Amino acid sequence: MSKEHANIQSKDSLKQNSKFLKLSGLEPLVLSPETNFINVGERTNVAGSKKFLRLIKEEKFEEALDVARHQVEGGAQIIDINMDDGLIDGKKAMVKFLNLVIAEPDIARVPIMIDSSKWQIIEAGLQVVQGKCVVNSISLKEGEATFINQAKLIKRYGAAVIVMAFDEVGQADTYERRIEISKRSYSILVNKVGFPPEDIIFDLNVFPVATGMEEHKLNALDFINATKWVRENLPHCNVSGGVSNISFSFRGNNPVREAMHSVFLYHAIKAGMNMGIVNPTMLEVYDDIPKDLLEHVEDVMLNRRDDATERLLTFAESVVGVAKNSTVDLSWREESVQNRITRALVKGIDQYIIEDVEEARQAADKPIQVIEGNLMTGMNVVGDLFGSGKMFLPQVVKSARVMKKAVAYLLPYIEEEKLLNPQEGDSDGNGKILMATVKGDVHDIGKNIVGVVLACNNYEIIDLGVMVPPEKILQAAIEEKVDIIGLSGLITPSLDEMVHLAKEMERKNLKLPLMIGGATTSKAHTAVKIDPEYSASVVHVNDASRAVTVAGDLLQKETSEEYKKGIKEDYDVFRDKFLKRSVKKTYKSIVSARANKYKIDWNLSKIVKPNQLGIQVIEELNLELLVPFIDWTPFFRSWELHGKYPDILNDAIVGEQATDLFKDAQVMLKKVIAEKQLKAKAVFGLFPANTINNDDIEVRVNTNTFIFRTLRQQLQRREGVADYALADFIAPKESGKQDYIGCFCVSTGFGTAELAAAYEKDLDDYNAIMIKALADRLAEAFAEHLHKEVRTKHWGYAKNENLTNEELIKESYKGIRPAPGYPACPDHLEKLTIWNILQVEKNIGVQLTESLAMWPAASVSGYYFGNQEARYFGLGKIKLDQVKDFAKRKKISLEEAKKWLSPNIEE
Amino acid sequence: MVKLITILKERILVLDGAMGTMLQRYKFQEEDFRGERFKDWKYPLQGNNDMLSLTQPEAIAEVHKKYFAAGADIVETNTFSSTTIAMADYYMEDFVYELNFESARIAKRVADEFTAKEPHKPRFVAGSIGPTNKTASMSPDVNDPGFRAISFNELRIAYKQQVEALLDGGVDILLVETIFDTLNAKAALFAIEEVKEERNINVPIMVSGTITDASGRTLSGQTAEAFLIAISHIPILSVGFNCALGANQLVPHLEVLAGKTEHAISAHPNAGLPNAFGEYDESPEQMADQIKEYVEKSLVNIVGGCCGTTPEHIRAIAKLVDQYNPREFANVH
Repeated sequence: MSKEHANIQSKDSLKQNSKFLKLSGLEPLVLSPETNFINVGERTNVAGSKKFLRLIKEEKFEEALDVARHQVEGGAQIIDINMDDGLIDGKKAMVKFLNLVIAEPDIARVPIMIDSSKWQIIEAGLQVVQGKCVVNSISLKEGEATFINQAKLIKRYGAAVIVMAFDEVGQADTYERRIEISKRSYSILVNKVGFPPEDIIFDLNVFPVATGMEEHKLNALDFINATKWVRENLPHCNVSGGVSNISFSFRGNNPVREAMHSVFLYHAIKAGMNMGIVNPTMLEVYDDIPKDLLEHVEDVMLNRRDDATERLLTFAESVVGVAKNSTVDLSWREESVQNRITRALVKGIDQYIIEDVEEARQAADKPIQVIEGNLMTGMNVVGDLFGSGKMFLPQVVKSARVMKKAVAYLLPYIEEEKLLNPQEGDSDGNGKILMATVKGDVHDIGKNIVGVVLACNNYEIIDLGVMVPPEKILQAAIEEKVDIIGLSGLITPSLDEMVHLAKEMERKNLKLPLMIGGATTSKAHTAVKIDPEYSASVVHVNDASRAVTVAGDLLQKETSEEYKKGIKEDYDVFRDKFLKRSVKKTYKSIVSARANKYKIDWNLSKIVKPNQLGIQVIEELNLELLVPFIDWTPFFRSWELHGKYPDILNDAIVGEQATDLFKDAQVMLKKVIAEKQLKAKAVFGLFPANTINNDDIEVRVNTNTFIFRTLRQQLQRREGVADYALADFIAPKESGKQDYIGCFCVSTGFGTAELAAAYEKDLDDYNAIMIKALADRLAEAFAEHLHKEVRTKHWGYAKNENLTNEELIKESYKGIRPAPGYPACPDHLEKLTIWNILQVEKNIGVQLTESLAMWPAASVSGYYFGNQEARYFGLGKIKLDQVKDFAKRKKISLEEAKKWLSPNIEE
Repeated sequence: MVKLITILKERILVLDGAMGTMLQRYKFQEEDFRGERFKDWKYPLQGNNDMLSLTQPEAIAEVHKKYFAAGADIVETNTFSSTTIAMADYYMEDFVYELNFESARIAKRVADEFTAKEPHKPRFVAGSIGPTNKTASMSPDVNDPGFRAISFNELRIAYKQQVEALLDGGVDILLVETIFDTLNAKAALFAIEEVKEERNINVPIMVSGTITDASGRTLSGQTAEAFLIAISHIPILSVGFNCALGANQLVPHLEVLAGKTEHAISAHPNAGLPNAFGEYDESPEQMADQIKEYVEKSLVNIVGGCCGTTPEHIRAIAKLVDQYNPREFANVH
């Protein structure tokens, strides 16, 4: 054997090389001393990004992928993915999103950080990622046994781990505790689990400084010193942390926050911190920080003087210009009139606005200048703050209220001025936008919010209200010479109305841009169904802040053509992709879907005969009874504040706003109840019923027979999964068993329109929106309340049920109350049958529009299924064979069936 | 396995060549695949090579013998597709334990015969664990990228069954090979760790990925280094590449591994790339000539052949590597 062939690398260099943390996506990432600092992207975290949360909740995974892609393009070297939210099935969302991420090479090239406080979500994530991930996080919080067990599995799955400085006693908040916990965690991991030390990343808890509390003074310094100790004493391990926490007390003052982040990182990295969650846009270059600011920030960070915090606070005022939050401090009243007006608008204080505007008017040459100058200056501040996520929707709506009051005060003076100088033209703000909820639809909370926000941004809004027929929209658009038409709708038939309107606009050769929004609308529907019908621009806009940018882009003279072209192209590509992908999903024939229906063993299934058969009417329920049944989470969502109640009240970002909003809602709710401003009415009934011909439910009401037509799932799914239709939950006639069904309609909407109109007349959009949002919540609460009454009394199959309200909201009860128009039965037509059976309009006055929306809007209707195997499901798409069959059963034309079912038909 | 590791430090070990190529020479027909035992099986069995361990055990033993005689130190069991997942194609999931157990026993019996005859050159058996025919991190449907035809847990359970049977049958090494989706391999490694823990044993593991094209990535998109990082969390004997490419094309990827890993390195390339008729026609001499580069650059510790290689190829390779020192490596598990 010849020995002359030397090795390429010596053993020693290999050995050293191997002791760095190494991760991989499609490509490797090695944390060597040369890499200095690894930046973890956190926008794909539902707790950190409102936008991402919304996209996941709405299952807009395509758009959620864009968030991930932007992060990687923006330089994130690892992406943190977190799906911990009360309203999300975290495990499912994590797996689904990871599976999609992995199919995108430009995202999947970086390693993934699987972030959850729930072990089962972490484990589910580890099972779908081929590269070496980071688990975020584990700790000794629940004791050594759990810690060891999880670490062992993480090692077996082949991931690195973030260990929080947290133990059975609590979170480490001093230098000593950080060292104590990291030392103990390290020793357990390395000695008992055999965890590679280089795969350990300590999160040593970044806590805010300059909070004014004595005990927070050392927060930065303790972190930095503990980092140094860990890197020097615990070989090969790494240190990470969430950087933005450090500047928490300076929310709203970005220049100071950015400086704080860079100063903190500068010192922490020197001490050995080599990974962290940092928002790159919130980072000033250390060397570019002005000398005086740097000095003040470093004083705080390194706790160099006793009065460091006070000095930075004072200094910060000069950096941001806008006075800091103070509740009773009226010193701002001493400031200039412009500052006072700006502040009143930003803070939504209408107390002094008339006197301030009057003062401004006297100083101005013409009254219009107060609007164009003083008020717009203030509203621009509001717009900027909102656009950058520093103000939230309820605040903006309050600002609008102040603005409207001011304008109303000025109007008579402006008219007078016009009479004096008739040649003066009108001020023509940014543009005129027509807003309308389409024909057949009555929902307008979202539309009103978008209208208010646009108005705040100096657009003139022509709001045509709800149930607006297309002719009226087009006529108004032409007469008023609007610049944009904005359409809104919540129920599925509204989608067709929008398509129809687009066709009409094309036919009339209009060129006005069309903005589409509302809960059922989507980019997919807009791109696939609306955009091809209209040669001018169509844009899907689903939140208020984006509406402002889109309107701006559409009307910006220099660049709008390019923007419009871009949108068209984007939709073209999207449509192509969408059409191509939808082709490949496979569906069963309705015949084979029926053969695979959900089978309840009717010989064993317990059918309970209702205690009270027949129809009952509740003329007026005491609203007080409904309060405990209110699910507040969707209330906040309607104001674009995302988070689960009650946690949202303490949320780091929106908590303050949520608390204010909640307080205002409570005040109004009390008043509504005390003064009986809304009426809660209901009609419901329980009837003998049996399923016939697989998918139909025959209902016997006295001597009459009615039939509910149900729809059945057809999407080809896993073997062993049934293809559901609601009819499966009712005993078929041939079983020989008598079964039962119920249906109901509740409303708390009577009175809402009048109250809202009164507020609007008073220029108070905030409360006008508030009353509608509350009425909606009360209607849902009524449905929940009534369902409970039915389960425990009227039907009585769950006499001993004892559920908390939270469990009710989570739908932990037996039996279901699906509503026509919702996923299990998206067909609105069945509402007509419910109306016939219960004589809804006659009994309680709730009407159906031509699109089968309920009026008043704050109403809920649906069925009751009592079988304990009944469950909610989503119908998904169905094929034409079922539509044909449905039309035949229902004795309507195929065309009509297609029209009503179109959102669910797979073509 | 102290002996195996000691030998691995001393010389380059030779792995066998293709099993399928050798079996083709027997020209087995449907009835030969079925044998007496499965003559009434409801589904066609021709092409189910792993089945031959039950119906034509002598042929399998003969192939192993030829490779050992040609100079191989390690032969692979005839179990590349012996998981419930891959056997589902033939509806033979219920025979998976037996397939692995018998294949291991056949190979071990032949290895023991050779070791007895030539005690200075002990022979080893590596249990071949293939990738299955499903991928855990890729969708088979281009229009539904989030879809997965198989889950980690399904793979883990199937692999665990295979590993247990291979160990019961007496294999010395477990070889997780032809990895085109690293997540599948991670499920296999997870299953192996579970078995090791339950039985309180240690067993050498060889891990061998497959670079499928000129871009230098696995089918699931990972670079050689990303792949290495993703499978380095458990103690392994060696890491390397096999299949898909000829010996020449593997060089740059082996170089990546050599620079980055502390483990031993293995390579068992194909006999070149398939020609227009799908045949591998690189001669033993041509292949050995290319492998010379591996040994001259000290890139490998274990070398053998994949598709298209025969005992003649292995003889040529064994003759070549005998003249060279193995690559030095640090980690020994």
